Amino acid sequence: MTMWVAVLVAAGVAFALKLAGYLVPAKVLQEPHVKRVTAALPIALLAALVATQTFTGPHGSLALDSRAAAVGVAVIALLLRAPFIVVVVLGALTAALLRLAGWA
Amino acid sequence: MTAVHEKSAGTRLDPVLRRQVWRQGLSVGVATGAYGISFGALAVAAGLNLWQTQALSALMFTGGSQFAFIGIVGGGGLGATPAAIAASSMLGIRNGLYALELTQLLGVTRLRRLAAAHVTIDESTAVAVSQGDVRAARLGFWVTGLSVFVLWNLMTLAGALVGNALGDPKQWGLDGAACAAFTALLWPRLKSRDAVGIAVLAAVIAIGLSPAVPAGVPVIAAAAAALLAWRAPRTAAGQARTEETQS
Repeated sequence: MTMWVAVLVAAGVAFALKLAGYLVPAKVLQEPHVKRVTAALPIALLAALVATQTFTGPHGSLALDSRAAAVGVAVIALLLRAPFIVVVVLGALTAALLRLAGWA
Repeated sequence: MTAVHEKSAGTRLDPVLRRQVWRQGLSVGVATGAYGISFGALAVAAGLNLWQTQALSALMFTGGSQFAFIGIVGGGGLGATPAAIAASSMLGIRNGLYALELTQLLGVTRLRRLAAAHVTIDESTAVAVSQGDVRAARLGFWVTGLSVFVLWNLMTLAGALVGNALGDPKQWGLDGAACAAFTALLWPRLKSRDAVGIAVLAAVIAIGLSPAVPAGVPVIAAAAAALLAWRAPRTAAGQARTEETQS
């Protein structure tokens, strides 16, 4: 699969999901169990993304490096209610400065 | 939220309230659009070209899914594209749930419905359902949705150009920025003990599987942690309802 095909397929699915909510009867998704699980999906996926982006190196091996420090700084910034863009910039600064100082 | 469309459909919107809704929608648009710059920079760092990056913002147009897509192809390249599509799609399910709630409120048909669907995202939904008046809700939805769309796309382009000019993404800490971005997307959702439990389980599954399976697959497998939410929350029955209205 080329990157273009992947981009267009993923975008098509994203649009179809949005449109489906305007077209389908709500019954199935309103079922409380299903509703709770679908509401929890972003939590599970985003947590998994944080974990893999931060703690895995090449070929999925465990790694502890400046990215973990970036997440630590991000959490502190979020506790202080910093806006998204500030959190992201602080994450980049942390990783870049630690790398400059010689820590992977 | 259902109370909204009982009231005042068809009446004119008070000019003061109108200005207030415009201001609210535009400020959400500016704040959200601003971080399109980080998406653009991270997408080119992940290996997408400028047009692919722009296509994601213009056509997929849902931040969490876009970040997930580039996060997974950034780690696994072309081989990880099926997992990237699966992850972005699962994150996109919530937009469909928003649409279920918005369909009556917005009262859109045909072309307008297609346009409304495209800008049905966290921010436009949040502004729409927080209004106490159906006219204000509709105005809020469109102002927010369209201003986020325009600014998100412009900032994506700016970010992609900056990202291309930077060279080695690691030297600039862009991998740290990606981790911080996912943390910031996750953070507001960790409101209950159950949510934290799901997040921890998902992280453990993902890291545990990472050495054994191709990149991207651990993230998809970790989605199973969401099944923990199948049973009712431990505390009072009202908890699920409260969480929902807060999110």
